Amino acid sequence: MARVQLQNLVKRFDRTEVIRGIDLDIAAGEFTVFVGPSGCGKSTLLRLIAGLEEVTSGTIRIGEEDVTHSPPSRRGTAMVFQSYALYPHMDAYKNIAFGLKMAGTSPESVDQRVRRVADMLQIGGLLERRPRELSGGQRQRVAIARAIVREPRVFLFDEPLSNLDAALRAQTRLEIARLHDELPSTMIYVTHDQQEAMTLADRIVLLNKGRIEQVGRPTELYRKPATRFVAEFIGLPPMNIVPVRMEAGRAMLRNGDSIALDVPLSGAADLGIRPEAVALAHDDGAGALPARVAHVEDLGDASFVHASLGDGSRLVVRHGSEGAVPRKGDRIHLHLPADRLHFFGEDGRRLLQTPAPASGAEAKAAGAPDGR
Amino acid sequence: MRRIASRAGLAAACIALAGFLLFPLYYAVITSLKSGSDLFRVSYWPQTADLTSYLRIWGEQNFALNILNSVIVAVCVVALSLALSVTAAYALSRVRFAGRKALLFAILAISMFPQVAVLSGLFEVIRGLGLYNNLAGLVLSYMIFTLPFTVWVLTTFMRDLPVELEEAAIMDNLGPLAIVRHIFLPLMAPAMAATGLLAFIAAWNEFLFALTFTLSNEQRTVPVAIALITGASEYELPWGNIMAASVIVTVPLIVLVLMFQRRMVAGLTAGAVKG
Repeated sequence: MARVQLQNLVKRFDRTEVIRGIDLDIAAGEFTVFVGPSGCGKSTLLRLIAGLEEVTSGTIRIGEEDVTHSPPSRRGTAMVFQSYALYPHMDAYKNIAFGLKMAGTSPESVDQRVRRVADMLQIGGLLERRPRELSGGQRQRVAIARAIVREPRVFLFDEPLSNLDAALRAQTRLEIARLHDELPSTMIYVTHDQQEAMTLADRIVLLNKGRIEQVGRPTELYRKPATRFVAEFIGLPPMNIVPVRMEAGRAMLRNGDSIALDVPLSGAADLGIRPEAVALAHDDGAGALPARVAHVEDLGDASFVHASLGDGSRLVVRHGSEGAVPRKGDRIHLHLPADRLHFFGEDGRRLLQTPAPASGAEAKAAGAPDGR
Repeated sequence: MRRIASRAGLAAACIALAGFLLFPLYYAVITSLKSGSDLFRVSYWPQTADLTSYLRIWGEQNFALNILNSVIVAVCVVALSLALSVTAAYALSRVRFAGRKALLFAILAISMFPQVAVLSGLFEVIRGLGLYNNLAGLVLSYMIFTLPFTVWVLTTFMRDLPVELEEAAIMDNLGPLAIVRHIFLPLMAPAMAATGLLAFIAAWNEFLFALTFTLSNEQRTVPVAIALITGASEYELPWGNIMAASVIVTVPLIVLVLMFQRRMVAGLTAGAVKG
């Protein structure tokens, strides 16, 4: 278990800057998820921590030790690769034992540790099999076992679930969460899947173009996105964004439709609201926007109503099982509760801090201490 | 009916092909079993099984020494070619450096020159190095045609091995040499068996360089020795001896191929790392 600190970390490949100055402090024992779209630098950041890539500038500390220029083997990290990277010519047992053996651990101790880890991951019966005789999920477990057996200070997971099918992914996700409870290790986990990030993380680090967009607990990112990018990345379907003009206590769409809003803003802004926060209003009450139903997706327990506003912008409404679901072509009115609205400026930054449930000071973009 | 006909056609084609490929060897075998004037009568079926030719070649010249020379040369060529090409393949497939592609094509280009074209130049090199009439000169010159091939095959093979394997090994505390020893060599064994075998065959059968760069019978390899087998008088071409010697030197190759073929096929079809 070790704290991981990144200070002003920069990584350049030839001329392209992939990591552009990252400051991050990961507490010992924390489960941190790096999430972001492809090309955001999350995997590179993980590989920098592992030592598989050379840092261009900045420092990495694991524990309190500066490991910026240490070889991977000296950092006390273990990595689970996306492709598992099991040695194809060794059976599962040897795959797990190999690192220990090369480090000169005594055979009895190796055997004991391998068996214990294999029991923990329920692969005790598969140890004589080679990787090609194992299913995807089993290979995944062997890969995780190989990382665990070395008792690293920091676990690094590089999109470990992306090669599994949906059912197995959900199951393995639960298991990784269980492992985190059982093992006293710091875990850093990279994924592009916001759902994985939300369910696994103590803290999410959302990356975009080599920079940190926001760091925080999953609910913080969900309820109080620091930027429009975060708002649209976290949540499925993503937060609705409607461009408006704020004038005289009203938010006005481009076609002139408006709702009354008592917020200290003026000028152009992007209004954001989560699909589940929008309510259907059947009358033209105050604060309701007229819309037309463009499409309805029925998921059984709920429906997603895709509505088209007066100015043509789209807005998705999550409609629970109660009440009649509008049909395609219906004219409806949408009520946008003021306390569920988010506002973003032209630079994509959040404009008002109010709508989020009061939780004290604003989280700084980077390195904000976890509030728990 | 049509199925049977097409099957029969396929079988006939296979038999014809096999016959075409195997006939020279077969004819060598039956000729080597003849003796005396039978040798000059054309016949396609073995009539006698006379082993005198096989016994004679050991006595009349130092054929055992020639075989030993061939073994030394071929084994050295294979060992050196594989050692050099594994390390070269690592550099060419994993290390990024300027001119990597150009270098690969230069290596390929070397193998395009016909042997005769490089013969005289190479002769000067060999003599300059003091390797004339020396087995080391043969080893050196054979690597001109074995290395391009082994480097290319191993480079493509290594390129297909996922980088993550290497990184996993790095995370497992392995240094570069340990990675080659514990990860690359076992995984590349099939490719190395295949290329090594082909290099062995090429070195074993090579004639022109061996003829040019050696002088005395003590340094000759088998192909040259066979070509220079002489009879009792210069008017007699000892076909029996020549064929017997040819059969004897072909046998090790066949044994090697049979030994490695299972391994090669098993290794190459064993499937991917990711599967």
